[in-house]
Amino acid sequence: MTQNDHQPRTDEAAPPTAGRPGLLDVRDLRVEFRTRDGIAQAVNGVDLAVTAGQTLAVLGESGSGKSVTAQAVMGILDSPPGFVTGGEILFQGRDLLKLGKEERRKVRGAKMAMIFQDALSSLNPVLSVGAQLGEMYTVHEGLSRKAARGKAVELMQRVGIPAAEARVSDYPHQFSGGMRQRIMIAMALALEPDLIIADEPTTALDVTVQAQVMDLLAELQREFTMGLILITHDLGVVADVADTIAVMYAGRIVETSPVHQLYKAPAHPYTRGLLDSIPRVDLKGQQLYAIKGLPPNLTAIPPGCPFNPRCPLARDICRTDLPPLYEVAPGRASACHFWKETLDGAR
Amino acid sequence: MERGEGAARKAGEPILEIRDLVKHYPLTQGIVFRKQIGAVKAVDGVSFDLHKGETLGIVGESGCGKSTVAKMLVGLEQPTSGQILYQGEDITRLSGRALKAVRRNIQMVFQDPYTSLNPRMTVGDIVGEPYEIHPEVAPKGERRKKVQDLLDVVGLNPEYINRYPHQFSGGQRQRIGIARGLALRPEIIVADEPVSALDVSVQAQVVNLLEQLQDEFDLSYVFIAHDLSVVRHISDRVAVMYLGRLAEIGTDAQIYEHPTHPYTQALLSAVPVPDPEARDRRGRILLAGDVPSPADPPSGCRFRTRCWKAQALCAEVVPPLEVPERFRDSEGPERHDSACHFAAERDAVGSEQDERGGCPA
Amino acid sequence: MPESYVPKEAITHGDGGTAALAIGEAESLERPPGAGPPSAPPTGKPRGLWSDAWHDLRRNPVFVISGLVIIFLAIIAIWPQLIATGNPYRADLAKAQAGAEPGHPFGFDTQGRDVYTRVVYGARASITVGTCATAGAALLGSLLGALAGFYGGWGDNLLSRTADIFFGIPVILGGLVFLSVITSSTVWPVVGFIVLLGWPQVARIARGSVVTAKQNDYVQAARALGAGNRRMLLRHIAPNAIAPVIVVATIALGTYIALEATLSYLGAGLKPPTVSWGIDISAASTYIRNAPHMLLWPAGALSITVLAFIMLGDAVRDALDPKLR
Repeated sequence: MTQNDHQPRTDEAAPPTAGRPGLLDVRDLRVEFRTRDGIAQAVNGVDLAVTAGQTLAVLGESGSGKSVTAQAVMGILDSPPGFVTGGEILFQGRDLLKLGKEERRKVRGAKMAMIFQDALSSLNPVLSVGAQLGEMYTVHEGLSRKAARGKAVELMQRVGIPAAEARVSDYPHQFSGGMRQRIMIAMALALEPDLIIADEPTTALDVTVQAQVMDLLAELQREFTMGLILITHDLGVVADVADTIAVMYAGRIVETSPVHQLYKAPAHPYTRGLLDSIPRVDLKGQQLYAIKGLPPNLTAIPPGCPFNPRCPLARDICRTDLPPLYEVAPGRASACHFWKETLDGAR
Repeated sequence: MERGEGAARKAGEPILEIRDLVKHYPLTQGIVFRKQIGAVKAVDGVSFDLHKGETLGIVGESGCGKSTVAKMLVGLEQPTSGQILYQGEDITRLSGRALKAVRRNIQMVFQDPYTSLNPRMTVGDIVGEPYEIHPEVAPKGERRKKVQDLLDVVGLNPEYINRYPHQFSGGQRQRIGIARGLALRPEIIVADEPVSALDVSVQAQVVNLLEQLQDEFDLSYVFIAHDLSVVRHISDRVAVMYLGRLAEIGTDAQIYEHPTHPYTQALLSAVPVPDPEARDRRGRILLAGDVPSPADPPSGCRFRTRCWKAQALCAEVVPPLEVPERFRDSEGPERHDSACHFAAERDAVGSEQDERGGCPA
Repeated sequence: MPESYVPKEAITHGDGGTAALAIGEAESLERPPGAGPPSAPPTGKPRGLWSDAWHDLRRNPVFVISGLVIIFLAIIAIWPQLIATGNPYRADLAKAQAGAEPGHPFGFDTQGRDVYTRVVYGARASITVGTCATAGAALLGSLLGALAGFYGGWGDNLLSRTADIFFGIPVILGGLVFLSVITSSTVWPVVGFIVLLGWPQVARIARGSVVTAKQNDYVQAARALGAGNRRMLLRHIAPNAIAPVIVVATIALGTYIALEATLSYLGAGLKPPTVSWGIDISAASTYIRNAPHMLLWPAGALSITVLAFIMLGDAVRDALDPKLR
């Protein structure tokens, strides 16, 4: 089994933004889920780095470990069955995994905040949105209820909710999906965090609303120079807003790259497969390119490169040796033994 | 009603003609004495044709009524009014044996492969159930063989016949659902968001399968989805729905390259393009506000409350779905049905020279 | 939290050779199904709800112990002679209220009857009432509940309101009134009364679970195929809606046994010469200071029986409740 922890890692494997002072630096993060069917290795040595004002998109399918990574960073992993089994999460220089529960809780919300996919189930249905927004201030900053309410209205205006003054006492179900997501964003923003993690923030929304929400998020990020981690499976959304992309597969980062270069010339066959399977106008009437097979079972990740059973370039070495993250170019890395061929367009 | 030339080009006879289809769900009050206080106008006068061998894509946002249309087509919902003509016969008026016979020819593929297969039945029972309901299609002795053939056709190992749905992944389950839909050799398949619950890397497999089956069995598809690029890939014609009505209908090139309805233009401009280079070049139309409630839709044109072109006329007169007057003499692709009083091409949406296309939000 | 499904995904896909079913377009067709890839997890075959539940239950000590107790009770209810050779009616007034002695481990009651023999014979009444009442309430309740849930409309309304009325009847008071007018020494009036009061509870559960199951896409899929109501109800809805009914029935069984004893204690349930724990408890209660053994043994037997059924129901619920998985 080469998914062993002690694969030699090349030094070039350092995350692309490691040069700058990091806001968040995740190093060799490992998470497993202990289930009745065995141990699912959800995250297997992930390195991520985000600086202030930067947008990092973590791209992957279900089971790729992208959301689990986010939950581990936020400290909201369901445990059991999930356990962080290794690595460091350095946030503003401190390793979050070494903090106590109470300290961790203080960081969450005040310094880093999360936006979920399903705003309706993330908001408390029996409290008015004003009360929920205001709570952030009464609890964390000790404001009076009246002052907190005023702040809540301000926030709602800031995220573009029309007639905020009148709607502050409304309950979550009285808002549309897009408006609810705005309220979620407002809650995340309330204490002006340094890092926002958005987990599929627009997946549940219609395209026209999706565009509004993404624009809002990008605008607020610029305004507050926050770091933003965008967790998504949507290559379109990523292309629109991300600075850097980390592509995840079977709990590992298989490629990380500045956004323009990745779309121009992917350096990992999985990324290439994803890009190629997007329907394109000029290929109408032809078969879509499809990555064969299925994502691996996390309780039994294939030895060698986890993508090898589905990879068109796979050779013997791929079935035995786990590829490290090779540096492809400054700020670019690919976990493929044959990244050169891939970069040159081989399929 | 006159259709664009594009439709005629692709295929022959209309196999399905939908006329003024309406579905209102009554809103009631009171427990013992129910009183109707209104209606959710889920579908409010939809007409289109489906031709033999073609794929008609229906796009629209959630709540626009596209799924309700699908349910009415396969008989899961009874229309409030309107006609569904299958080979010239109105199937909304049929019942009993005649209805059952017609239903055989219009089958459905569901969105969620996790909930659309009965977890207590084996794959063989699921795919073979159509034969139990319509025993005349296949004699008992042949059914097992037929089921195995179907599994083979959709790319599943026929030996998996005794397995249960939970032993399969999402993509494979969707194949099982497709096999069930094919069992009765229907002429029409209504697919309601068939790939949107699937992983990106598996979606392409299923789209390819659907296309391949269409050629093999000469199927006509009504393909409903919110993913505009998938719809474009698979469809010959595309209908755009908004709040219970069709906004625009035409060939894929007409709709995607030359949309004349403002809603279609906004919808297309909002689709994220997987190309970071296009980030700054896109004239995105940001629509103001949300879709109004179908229980209380705006008068006149349904889209007027979010439309930047709206004028007094839009509130008074419902724009008919027809070739707009200004394009009637044209021969170009802008000549197709569009339900807008002020239908006009946006200056080449999404194309290179688009600098001034941005509209006030 | 929407994304916690990631690990669950791993679980669903994990149970059994999902990877073995890998399609890869053409390649899967060549691969024999038995030849799982090396990635097949060691935990073996994938399971359905029932076999999964069974798998859980067998490892649950609560289930095993309560199951064994119930099997034992069932056996002595059918063949009390197996462990009690005496006659429950044989009275020896000389031994009235006497304590334990060799051959009579539980002592004697007021009329000088052997308490041990009576406790053993009393199991039959309790188990009979419990099982018959549960069977009746479960059948009637699930049938009415399922039909109401499936068809909806005025029938559903009628059922719900009727059930509300029955819920409003105070059980003990109702039992005293209803059963005092019946002069039968068999168990059937008591069974009938419990069924009458018990079915609405089952009906409510059955209705809810049918309504939920009805909305599943696979029921819609069957309807789209042209399936009739009978097929949808029997083939698609019932098998997916029955688990909660089973759970509620198992737990109800214990409470019905307790209810029978209560009614018998109050003189409204079973009547002598039927041998019943409730009757014996009632008879012994006045002598609790002088001869507590007369009360403690039947009361203990009753408690163990009720507890066994309730624990069994609890274990079954835990095993069948998918939310806890």
